[in-house]
Amino acid sequence: MPTNPPMPTDMITVNIDGREVAVPRGTNVIEAAKRLGVDVPHYCYHPKLTVVGNCRMCLVEMGLPAVDPATKAPVMDPATGRQRVNWMPRPTIACATNASPGLHIRTTSPMVRDCQQGVMEFLLINHPLDCPICDQAGECKLQEQSAGYGRGYSRYIEQKNVKPKRTLLGPRVMLDDERCILCSRCIRFSKEVAKDDVLGFTDRGSYSTLTCYPGKKLENNYSLNTVDICPVGALTSTDFRFKMRVWFLRQSNSIDTESSAGANTVVWSREGEVYRITPRDNDAVNDTWMADSGRVLYREIRAPGRLDTVRVKGVESTLGFAARAAGEIFAAGRVAVVGSGRSSLEEQFLTRRLAEALGARASLVSRVGQGDGILVSADRNPNVRGALMAGLIGELPQAKLESLSAAIDSGSVAAVVSVGEDLAAAGLSEAQLGRVPVVYLGTRANPTSAAARIVIPTLTVFEKQGTLVNQQFRLQRFAKAVPGPEGAVDDLVALSSLVAAAGGPAAGADVGAVWAAIAAEVPELAGVSYATIPDSGLPIDSGRWSGLAFIEGPALHFKPSAPKEAAHA
Amino acid sequence: MPAPEQNRLIFRHIGEPGYTADLDCYLRNGGYGVLRKAVQRKPEELVDEVKKSGLRGRGGAGFPCGVKWTLLDRKSGKPIYLVVNADESEPGTFKDRYIIHQDPHQMIEGIMITCFANKVERAYVYIRGEFPEGARILEKAIAEARASNFVGPNILGTGYGCEIYVHRGAGAYICGEETGLIESLEGKRPYPRIKPPYFPAVLGLYQCPTIVNNVETLCHVKHIADMGGDAYSKIGTPNNTGTRILCVSGHVRRPGYYEFEVGRVTMGQLLNEVCGGPLPGRTFKAVIPGGSSAKVLKFGERYKGKRKVGAEMVEYDWGVEDIPMDFDCLAMIGSMGGSGGVIVMDDSVSMVEALGNINAFYSHESCGQCTPCREGSLWMKKITARMVHGEARPEDGALLKSVADQIAGRTICAFGEACAWPTQSFIAKFGDEFKGYALAKKAARPGDVPELV
Repeated sequence: MPTNPPMPTDMITVNIDGREVAVPRGTNVIEAAKRLGVDVPHYCYHPKLTVVGNCRMCLVEMGLPAVDPATKAPVMDPATGRQRVNWMPRPTIACATNASPGLHIRTTSPMVRDCQQGVMEFLLINHPLDCPICDQAGECKLQEQSAGYGRGYSRYIEQKNVKPKRTLLGPRVMLDDERCILCSRCIRFSKEVAKDDVLGFTDRGSYSTLTCYPGKKLENNYSLNTVDICPVGALTSTDFRFKMRVWFLRQSNSIDTESSAGANTVVWSREGEVYRITPRDNDAVNDTWMADSGRVLYREIRAPGRLDTVRVKGVESTLGFAARAAGEIFAAGRVAVVGSGRSSLEEQFLTRRLAEALGARASLVSRVGQGDGILVSADRNPNVRGALMAGLIGELPQAKLESLSAAIDSGSVAAVVSVGEDLAAAGLSEAQLGRVPVVYLGTRANPTSAAARIVIPTLTVFEKQGTLVNQQFRLQRFAKAVPGPEGAVDDLVALSSLVAAAGGPAAGADVGAVWAAIAAEVPELAGVSYATIPDSGLPIDSGRWSGLAFIEGPALHFKPSAPKEAAHA
Repeated sequence: MPAPEQNRLIFRHIGEPGYTADLDCYLRNGGYGVLRKAVQRKPEELVDEVKKSGLRGRGGAGFPCGVKWTLLDRKSGKPIYLVVNADESEPGTFKDRYIIHQDPHQMIEGIMITCFANKVERAYVYIRGEFPEGARILEKAIAEARASNFVGPNILGTGYGCEIYVHRGAGAYICGEETGLIESLEGKRPYPRIKPPYFPAVLGLYQCPTIVNNVETLCHVKHIADMGGDAYSKIGTPNNTGTRILCVSGHVRRPGYYEFEVGRVTMGQLLNEVCGGPLPGRTFKAVIPGGSSAKVLKFGERYKGKRKVGAEMVEYDWGVEDIPMDFDCLAMIGSMGGSGGVIVMDDSVSMVEALGNINAFYSHESCGQCTPCREGSLWMKKITARMVHGEARPEDGALLKSVADQIAGRTICAFGEACAWPTQSFIAKFGDEFKGYALAKKAARPGDVPELV
């Protein structure tokens, strides 16, 4: 079981608005205030980027404990009996002020209020105030903080600056320079996190304009994070803009399934339709970032070729009938099971049950790509470690199903169950697929579904719930965002029907029931239930698999451990 | 009281017939003699001399030079850099350009002494982009000095080596701000850095400890090394030691450069006697004592208070003419000595239009990094431009002041004050003129006053 992180030893006490809070040394005042539930408004500060202090919204009043300049002895205030505080005459920015012992901060004093109102007024004088047609409305810091900290009226009667309204910075990011408040978050993100330094300001003063360097485009695979961190509506996603008001959207926690990095995400949906995917803060996995490639995965929901009908020998059918037909195939024996590294841990667990009931050895198909060192790992299966933990496989998967191919040719396999994998893509020929009856569970039409005797349409990750185990052996939950298409069957229901058809033990057909069995069988997961897995995931002891040569390279919050060859030698 | 004589240290030879900027002429006049002696001493002694001298920076802030050097992080193991701030861009100031043009070797000698004293092996002269001739002269002078072994490796056989590089700016006022200058020197946009943590003495150029000194300041270092810190500290007045160059421009009969001991000449002596007084038929109206960002002084107003002279507190009651031209007195009466640029305005000047001009400059030069200065400077410019060229409203003065109040003290660098102080002081002292400007504009203008465009 995971242990709690050790308590930081270097804690110091600071006083914010008269309340004391203990924070680790070096914590800045914005973060320290957050611990007290005190909101210090800010624009340019972002916890995962360098501090530049340019927006001046987080100006606060700062005081330090008074000491006698000669003796360094504390100067006491006889009225209160406490050490006197020397308040600085000028405001200071909270983002660049680090906690020091006895630091005093005021965030609501008249001076601070005046600073906040001043900065808000300045930010708005050249802002177009086109909120009614702005996509940021509803999640705009400028709106929120002008309501919270502004004066509520304007004294500006001059002409506003005119800047370009529609600049395509890259294929996925649109810039409205008039809305830009020049906080430079996007510039810092591109440089510091995406390592693709393409953004900068041209011109100066109030005419400063965000732009790409000549000949460059903001087209790296992390470009849409600039849209997320843009505090205003300057950067918008070409995929999402003008599609939907954010306050109409429902947020469901999910996981990016494009690789084993397992970035935490939020799926934004309305009336069964997914509109966008954004990263969810997880300091242990993806900070506040995710790859652009993971944000378009929702398109598979409505993409052509989606399976939505149970079919037996090409004829529309029902799950019950299909399970009985599968049972007949199973009864003939010599069945092979192909699981998937894209399935959830629960599905993999039931797939294992199925394989056990059939006396079959299960195999998995690997997917390998280039890791980008950030949040797309080399292993494009999101859940190979889940398959290991579920006991579905004991070794890392291969790219092609060569032994299955040979077994079909030799006749030692007479039927195949594929849980979501296209067997043709995994190396089986058309002739081989024609020779053995195939039971296929999946979401997409492909050569395998075309050749299969039994097809059971299942759900995408957005339409069901479950868990995945990422490259850090962190167990992470994803929730159901939208209902599946009519006719599709929940994967767990389909698998438990097949387990029953194969004569295996009943395992339940929902995550709660399956988890009872998982917790009982997998020692690393003993005591865990689906409901108690934290939103930020649960690190699992990976000792049992430390001998395996996982393919992921170093990435954000991930350092691969070398396989312990010596232990086996 | 008659004005004192000028005490020309920096300008000792400048203006002499036949005095040229080349090395031979400098050597004929004793040039590099101080460096020869300095490199035979311990570096720490030279730092002590500068500390004893009480020299205050001549760039604008008047920060004690010796203290600045002491703040250097010498334990980091990183190289220490000297950056010479020759980005003289404060309107009203033109002394550094003149030094570079007329006597570049004096500055180079000062640089080399400073570098030796602080164990610096690389010095960069950041020269304003608008000074192409100055850059050429400097390059030539450095080449001459290098050829004569005053610059470069193994200087004068001491084993100590130091190189000077000239870097030309690209024409931005903010590059005169020391951390903006450092960013520019590193090849970036000159966005001033936040302090803390980026104090140049600790995390300056290339994140190494760095001294940034003004051209005139470094010339003074040469004279301090020459005469010793104690002797230098006797020039001028206590806490305002040495001489300083005052650049007088505007409505006086003899504008120009004047080098006086700090605090020994009053504003009245400077303008009326040294500069010949107002133009015929005019009277002085206002003066900006230390570059355009300094707060304006109004002729006719009185400054009263108590100040320390020696050990005792003395009451003072000054008109503008009585103010001694030093750092402390000018700060005491609410303005500043700044960069020594004295801008004189007589009764022909409309203060609204003058402020319009200043605001246009600062809004053009705001780097745009932080919000109050970026938005506020342009807003103030738009207001004054509208007042001058369009509709002026009686309430504009109050609005201007309120905008300026929202800038000063809330920005990353001192530009916030630089752009807010003119507006704050113009409104405070000439508020009626701003209130009545709408009406005054409709009245006939004096025939000889050109329209401000």
